[in-house]
Amino acid sequence: MFNEMSVDDQIREPYRALVDWMEASGPEVLEQKRLEAETLFRKIGITFAVYGEGGDPERLIPFDLIPRIFTSQEWRKLDRGVKQRARALNAFLYDVYHNAEIIKAGIIPADLVFRNEAFEPAVIGIDPPRNVYSHIVGVDIVRTGPEDFYVLEDNCRTPSGVSYMLENREIMMRMFPDLFKSLRIEPVESYPDMLLKTLKSIAPRKCDRDPNIVVLTPGAMNSAYYEHSFLADQMGVELVEGQDLFVHEDRVYMRTTRGPARVDVIYRRIDDAYIDPLCFKPDSVLGIPGLMNVYRSGGVAICSAPGAGVADDKAVYTYVPDMIRFYLGQEPILNNVPTWKCGKPDDLKYVLEHLGELVVKEVHGSGGYGMLVGPASTKEEQAAYAKRIEADPGDFIAQPTLSLSACPTFVESGVAPRHVDFRPFCLVGDDVRLTPGGLTRVALREGSLVVNSSQGGGVKDTWIMSD
Amino acid sequence: MLSRTADNLFWLSRYVERAENMARLMEMGYRMALMPAAATGNRSEWESVLSASGCAAGYDPDAPLRQEEVANFLIFNRDNPSSIINCFEYARANARAMRTAITAEMWEALNNALMELRRPSMHNLAKNELPEFIDWVKKQGALFRGATDSTILRNDGYDFIRLGTFIERADNTARLLDVKYYVLLPETSMVGDGVDNYQWTTVLRAASSLRAFHWVYRDDYSPHRIAHFLILNPFSPRSLAHCAEQITQHLERLARHYGQRHSVHRQAVEMYSLLTQSDMDEIFSTGLHEFLNDFQGRNRILSLAIADAYHFGGQ
Repeated sequence: MFNEMSVDDQIREPYRALVDWMEASGPEVLEQKRLEAETLFRKIGITFAVYGEGGDPERLIPFDLIPRIFTSQEWRKLDRGVKQRARALNAFLYDVYHNAEIIKAGIIPADLVFRNEAFEPAVIGIDPPRNVYSHIVGVDIVRTGPEDFYVLEDNCRTPSGVSYMLENREIMMRMFPDLFKSLRIEPVESYPDMLLKTLKSIAPRKCDRDPNIVVLTPGAMNSAYYEHSFLADQMGVELVEGQDLFVHEDRVYMRTTRGPARVDVIYRRIDDAYIDPLCFKPDSVLGIPGLMNVYRSGGVAICSAPGAGVADDKAVYTYVPDMIRFYLGQEPILNNVPTWKCGKPDDLKYVLEHLGELVVKEVHGSGGYGMLVGPASTKEEQAAYAKRIEADPGDFIAQPTLSLSACPTFVESGVAPRHVDFRPFCLVGDDVRLTPGGLTRVALREGSLVVNSSQGGGVKDTWIMSD
Repeated sequence: MLSRTADNLFWLSRYVERAENMARLMEMGYRMALMPAAATGNRSEWESVLSASGCAAGYDPDAPLRQEEVANFLIFNRDNPSSIINCFEYARANARAMRTAITAEMWEALNNALMELRRPSMHNLAKNELPEFIDWVKKQGALFRGATDSTILRNDGYDFIRLGTFIERADNTARLLDVKYYVLLPETSMVGDGVDNYQWTTVLRAASSLRAFHWVYRDDYSPHRIAHFLILNPFSPRSLAHCAEQITQHLERLARHYGQRHSVHRQAVEMYSLLTQSDMDEIFSTGLHEFLNDFQGRNRILSLAIADAYHFGGQ
């Protein structure tokens, strides 16, 4: 296992100043700071909820005080690799809703795209502003060694977590002003401005003024509601629910105390299926009837564009390196994790024989639900899971159990290494922008590889050292 | 501003004000109960508090009408929509639904109040030290209003917050005064009596107005003057006249801001004129209870008219 802070008892360079500081401060000061941080989070009300588990809908996400640190050199590689991926994914989306060249070229099987649940026939042939579908791409990255980064999955719809990136930093700067003064840490606070710029740049064809932008949330009961309100507030735009919007003739309006006000760009944090009951789920109460008609006729821009989900499907994921070569003519800077597709007979055979070593995931699942972590599972669990795979092999993929890197983390027994992953947020509009930072998630249970907040994961601030 | 946001702001401040009034009602009950009971006939002070709170219908008819049970019902009962804990829950839910429209200070005031109220130790405090608990609730209201006053933009959102506060406060003051009616039946037989005076002064105390009353009227505790102070005196911050004046002013600000007038503007002015043109003799001769009842009805209608004018439905 690669410990990002120290190798063979040698402190790695980016962590040196931090370690000195921690040693000088002593455990009591650190414990005091940890309690302060928790109080701050509770006070600000940064919470998240877990679907289907009941309990407190405003649970606090555990925040670990020890930052995860990248050198500027490491970051340059991640920066280029993530932007490259975001470009290729958007090129792919435009392609599959237009000429489907990549399918004609025999690189990606037609069924995988056109029969995909996330493929949206309703948007075939529509040109979204700037031909961009996924305006916020969250790329989940893991590390296994000093130079070894792998992309675990892409999130092209509405990746969440960016509010933690910003709030974690806020808290850290409040708690450790000295460290920020003496170290050169790249700031992340420009993210909301960059997001606003990105959203303004995708104003729809018919918009003839400074576009009116809104954030569309399913409401206060949603697990990511805090983030929705936080982003709206940071950008200075309205946070709306479906009931606040309506379609009149070929435009979208929101209900205000002065009467209707036109809306040009909708940053929606609800799924495709719910945005327009006339077009998708007829029983959805979250959506806006007629929205898709306005979208088609260029009266409103929707971020992310309906249909963008087909690019972050776990089966499509295996082809992203091919997309990069096909659309950009470049070699991928960041590697995929080698993946077996259970839909292929040979792969299926291999997966069933090696369940104890692999991580198996549902193609359409998310949030770490319904996955099997081979080495951490019992024989019975493996047997039960094998039955599920055999029933519908095409629904599963498998990957080797990577030896994820670990970062020092506060646990009950003191400070110990825990596995981490990383999600930077890439913005695509008139330009491709990436804030130097992201969300580091940490598996707080010893030995656990599952970093999802719904399954005992926490978060850390991520520092990119500047040159 | 989104109509839903205006709705949330309006109700948010109503709930905070309502929580505070529940506490003030209990303060009256507590103080009146310290008096020798003989003069007040058979009616219990806590029964009057319950009636005046408007929540009597939800009270278990078999439960005793004692301080402990009534206070517990008015503070912690989850089935009582106006219980103090529910007021804070609803206020915070409204705030959470529009975090962007309120300031961090306002949010923290509400959030902290609810977090504290949810603690089991608050049950003991309310049971053993009711006056201290009441002070705690009043302080939460003051913190929220203070945070609002010193941090929020003076835009339309501010007007909706203040409208909620004064609509609710007017209703509340009318209820406080009405407790007197419930306690003293028949009303006229006791006027001038020592108990009566004491009870009237408890109304002033509950409205945090005892000292202010002294400044204005010196030491004459006649019911006539106390009622005047809480109904017609525009300088008294909890009087119906002051509330109506504030409502009129904030509606006027909205009209200027939006460049638009609605029938609600006329209704508010009418309510205000009713208070500036009445005198206490007239009110006492037609009946204080009847007057207060009529006022509460007008106030309710005004609240609905505000929601209509600014495109948000009542709650």
